[in-house]
Amino acid sequence: MSATAKTRQVGRSLPRLEAREKVTGRAEYIHNLRLPGMLHAKIFRSDIPHGRIKTIDVSAAAAVEGVFAVYTGEDIKRVIPDPYFGPAFHDQPILALDKVRYAGEAVAVVLASDPHVAQAAADLIEADYEELPAVFDEVEAMDSKAIVHEELKPAGTFPDLKHLKGLRDTNVALDFHLRRGDTDKAFAEADHVFEHEFKTQRVLHLPMEPLISLAECTSDRTVTIHTASQSPSFVRIEIARLLGWADNQVRVRTAYLGGGYGAKLYIKLEALAVALTLLARRPVRVAIGMDEVFLTINKHPTTFKIRSAVTKEGKVTARACDVWWNGGAYADIGPRVTQKSGFTAAGPYDIDNVTIDSYAAYTNLPPAGALRGFGIPQLVWAYESHTDLIARELGIDPVEFRRKNILREGRPQATGTAMKDAAFDAVLERIAERLDWEKPFDRGAGTKLRGRGVGIGFKACIAPTTSVAVVNMGADGSCTLYCGTVDMGQGSDTAMAQMVAEVLDLEAEAVRVVRPDTDITPYDMGTLGSRSLYHMGHAVRLAAEDVKARLAALADELGLPPGSNIPIPEMFVKRYGMRAGNIIGTGTFVPSYTSPDADGLTPDATPFWMVGGAGVEIEVDTETGHIKIERLVNVCDVGTPINPAIVETQISGGAVMQLGFTMFEEMTFDEGQLTNGTLADYRIPGFHDLPATMTNETVDAVQQSGPFGAKGVGESATFGVSPAIANAIHDAVGVRLTSLPLTPEAVYTALQKSNLENGDS
Amino acid sequence: MDAQLKSIRFTLNGAPASATVATHHTVVEMLQEQFGLFGARESCAQGLCGCCTVQVDGTAMTGCLTLAALLDGADVVTIEGLDADGTLDPVQEAFIETGAFQCGFCTSGMILMIRQLLDADPDPDDGAIRDYLSGNLCRCAAYPEILKAVKLAAKKRAAA
Repeated sequence: MSATAKTRQVGRSLPRLEAREKVTGRAEYIHNLRLPGMLHAKIFRSDIPHGRIKTIDVSAAAAVEGVFAVYTGEDIKRVIPDPYFGPAFHDQPILALDKVRYAGEAVAVVLASDPHVAQAAADLIEADYEELPAVFDEVEAMDSKAIVHEELKPAGTFPDLKHLKGLRDTNVALDFHLRRGDTDKAFAEADHVFEHEFKTQRVLHLPMEPLISLAECTSDRTVTIHTASQSPSFVRIEIARLLGWADNQVRVRTAYLGGGYGAKLYIKLEALAVALTLLARRPVRVAIGMDEVFLTINKHPTTFKIRSAVTKEGKVTARACDVWWNGGAYADIGPRVTQKSGFTAAGPYDIDNVTIDSYAAYTNLPPAGALRGFGIPQLVWAYESHTDLIARELGIDPVEFRRKNILREGRPQATGTAMKDAAFDAVLERIAERLDWEKPFDRGAGTKLRGRGVGIGFKACIAPTTSVAVVNMGADGSCTLYCGTVDMGQGSDTAMAQMVAEVLDLEAEAVRVVRPDTDITPYDMGTLGSRSLYHMGHAVRLAAEDVKARLAALADELGLPPGSNIPIPEMFVKRYGMRAGNIIGTGTFVPSYTSPDADGLTPDATPFWMVGGAGVEIEVDTETGHIKIERLVNVCDVGTPINPAIVETQISGGAVMQLGFTMFEEMTFDEGQLTNGTLADYRIPGFHDLPATMTNETVDAVQQSGPFGAKGVGESATFGVSPAIANAIHDAVGVRLTSLPLTPEAVYTALQKSNLENGDS
Repeated sequence: MDAQLKSIRFTLNGAPASATVATHHTVVEMLQEQFGLFGARESCAQGLCGCCTVQVDGTAMTGCLTLAALLDGADVVTIEGLDADGTLDPVQEAFIETGAFQCGFCTSGMILMIRQLLDADPDPDDGAIRDYLSGNLCRCAAYPEILKAVKLAAKKRAAA
């Protein structure tokens, strides 16, 4: 058939398969869905950060003409008796029960056919609380008298959380510890010891498509959820658990997502939508506004104390890391971030003696989850700032200092796992080359001073996780791919189609990719943590290879000579007597993995390593503190790109998003109340925030264990950006910022302080 | 809730259209609920992100803040109107060729705004493009590719 490919499909920069739908405004998003008889849900939220619910008065709301019903947490229990959900802890009630734990928590819901009626009625609800002491800071939360959850309720799915079950009167949702070598001895013998503390702020994903879930009872014993979700399989399993139903009674489907970045992971609005449709016996649409997105999920602020022992030659011999993660009122996936990212807290350096203590803390703030990097950008911010400070203190060039200490192929990372296919040195050298690091640098003059800096980081892939795929070949030889990876803009449909096409000698454009739907597409752990291209990529490859093997078996069955070039449709006709039948191939992929021991050590910590770095040249205006980013160089090891053009946009997109988190984005709170929860007050990067020059590239590399040599790329470009800029500020004007964001005010204040200390007036 | 209703007549993507709308309904609500057009989308609901952009009498407007009742007699073009004859607009072609989108949620607004830019300035430089599009936000940050798309579209229009 005409779709037969003459060229390699992997490595092609073809446009996204859904390109035409997206530029004509016709791409399907869950926002477009209207169900017959559908009710709109509008949420009444807590206006205090911590308190016992005394009364909720819904009478005025219920009396509004056109209101179908008003429900509180107690009503939810009628259909879901134990209505607590979450991926790591079953700690989050569908609507608040007994207590509210953050300002903005959902307390009651109004249903109406007209969303304006529902909203107007929700505004009439009144709640009375007995206010309780609240805690907001992650370090204070460790021994605060304000307790967010009276009892810890780990989900039981993760063995390393089991010891927390039933613990009372603590805000520590997970403590992770790693011990390697003899850190005490190394510090005692060190020529130099350096200690610093770094902080990151609370920011959020802010996908342009706000979160949305619709649910409908499709029979007395089945429910369908249409949701903008990155993890349909997880939603299915979690809803089935909440209802006490079998998985096959719950159907979860998605469309294209208008951005995700972690905001739409695990379970968010789905449990509420299901509870409401069960109560109302009508389809229910829960679509929150952008102001409510601010109150739903965000990124962990951190405090990171880092200490290093260094020889006079500049070799790091020990590093001790204490990291506190501010998880907000509900754990979401925070405890996983604490461990899975925590174990890389010492950085991509060859250090024999390492201790890491990483703590997830509950606080009375909106919950934090995974945001493009799963905690890694917070860690890289600290360890690359710290590394730069050590180099400067010792008078060693920062790039040269990294060369001396960098983890090279085969050397053990902090867990003891030997590094494999992690091109730190190539990434570092490429950044240095692009910045002409060895050449003299123009440092500016007067009130406009120039500086440059680098930062590199790495990330393990969450493990062990499973992906399953099905490739179905029809009697005309065309192929349909059934896979649960959610295309939220990263181009996964296109990359998966390229891999099917590569195996089966088709044009990638001719492969159809079915939208994730748990009634149709097989299990996938979730579209998260840059895992899909690797895990689902393997499953897709295996499914396509299975089709190929079955085709060969069919040829054999038909008595065709080996290597026969008979067209596929003719083989089907020969076999079935007409244009009929299918060839179905399946693939399942689970990587090898070894759980860490009691000291956090393991020989097999991750299926692959992500590596990314950034270099910048900036100009600082010493009169205003404004920073102009003149050049941003992003370099990643992504293995061998499946679609180089899409890979480049993932790198630049990730870097620019991180630029917002670095330069200005910050959710601000006053006693637990969010004070800038709209796009008018919380700015994200726009056209004017692009660096004057930005380059995005990959180093020549092969992920030997990856499908076609590839690995994930969605997060890698975020790693180095923040510390590279702080290091460049230090280089330009000699002041060190230890908290994000790096606002003009922060730069200016630091400059004034430095001038005073130096007696410069 | 008491809603005042108003009947309006207007031109929608080149064809006559009429609707009965509540006076508090926005243009985006009307397009989605009454015409099944979902290319203009509400995101920030404050007129700051550009996802809801529609063209009214030749000018790009924020469809989440403009009341539908005000469209009486207007000429309205949405993203769905650009390929009415089956051919993509040069800006749409350029978006595909340069990969100027990821999730696609902001794309309709970007494209409508860029058409208006190129009508006003057929050969804009980088600075002019950044200024003109500063009210359109893309969280995937496809900005570098969008800059390329504007330049490619300008060439395509010049050649046409």
